[in-house]
Amino acid sequence: MYDGGKVIAGLLIFGALVSFPFWYDWAQPGRGDPPDLAKPKTADQCIESVEFMRAHHMTLLNQWRDDFVRKGQRVYVSTTGKSFRIGLTGTCLSCHGARADFCDRCHEYVGENPPCWDCHVDAHTPTPGGS
Amino acid sequence: MDDSKRGFLKVAGGTVLGTLGAAWSRASLGLGKADEAATVASNQVRNWGMVIDVKRCREKEGCDACIRACHINHNVPSIGSTKEEVKWIWKEPYEHAFPTQTHPYLEEPLHDQKLPVLCNHCENPPCVRVCPTQATWKREEDGIVMMDPHRCIGCRYCLVACPFGARSFNWSDPRLHLTETNPDYPTRTRGVVEKCTFCDERLADGKLPLCVEACRAEGPGALYFGDLEDPESEVRRVLKERYSIRRKPDLGTGPQVYYLV
Repeated sequence: MYDGGKVIAGLLIFGALVSFPFWYDWAQPGRGDPPDLAKPKTADQCIESVEFMRAHHMTLLNQWRDDFVRKGQRVYVSTTGKSFRIGLTGTCLSCHGARADFCDRCHEYVGENPPCWDCHVDAHTPTPGGS
Repeated sequence: MDDSKRGFLKVAGGTVLGTLGAAWSRASLGLGKADEAATVASNQVRNWGMVIDVKRCREKEGCDACIRACHINHNVPSIGSTKEEVKWIWKEPYEHAFPTQTHPYLEEPLHDQKLPVLCNHCENPPCVRVCPTQATWKREEDGIVMMDPHRCIGCRYCLVACPFGARSFNWSDPRLHLTETNPDYPTRTRGVVEKCTFCDERLADGKLPLCVEACRAEGPGALYFGDLEDPESEVRRVLKERYSIRRKPDLGTGPQVYYLV
């Protein structure tokens, strides 16, 4: 092989550069740790079970949106029979507090960017001038 | 031939099963229900309407209590440029509000008087007819022309259709023009249309619209609000007593905001 050393060195450098995103990410501290959520202190039970909320909160919020805006229904009765006033800011955040401590942590972790907060206001996060 | 037929049947069968499975899993999510009994949209059919006493309105020079109350609480931005302005309720000279019901020799106080104007919640709203996504619709139970910014795609057909200029489009992020935000009411985002909804969120709690309340508290008390279907209501009472006009009645949209002149 002509210039074998150079070719192999070149291949090694090429391989290192191409795989950079992978090993750089690998070397990050806390990589793969699940997000640390600030759990509400005022309540020990969400409106539905934890497993349900974890997997389907977005479905529930969509249903809330349609019930509230389109059908004018203001109250949600959960499967446990409890009644809740429908509202992202008024109901969800009254327990969960700032969205940055709860919603955003998971959404950032999974690279999700729901548009809820483009309009809905989180009183804990300064709104004017930001989105 | 047989093979391809068998293959087709397999795929078709799989598709049907998959669709049924998806439907079943949706149904089995076990979502709770909205409490229909607690819904304001009760069986009672209403037709909300507003009456504006033009004479009383001019008693208080330069009063803008109705506009301030509405715009502050609904997070309506004050942009400053007429090209991009967003407004739910605002003041317009009589000649602009009633272009078909004026003439050069109009009585003095009415001539050039600034009147509050807002969405008329028309009986036959042209904005609703043109909306391609049903983001705006007329609520059958109380006649309010509602607005759902979740569904609005920003096509602005409704802006063109509305003969009263009651709709505004968000050309830029409205939050950039808000100094303070009311967390109890959402802001809007860039690219959606907004307008007055007769304070549907307050009516649901049995409260009067903000403009009416503010006009009574700080202003001359020139705004009346109530059920036009109910012959005993305040709006029907004042309409019975005084001569009233509506904006651009010749267009046939049937405005539900009446002006006592």
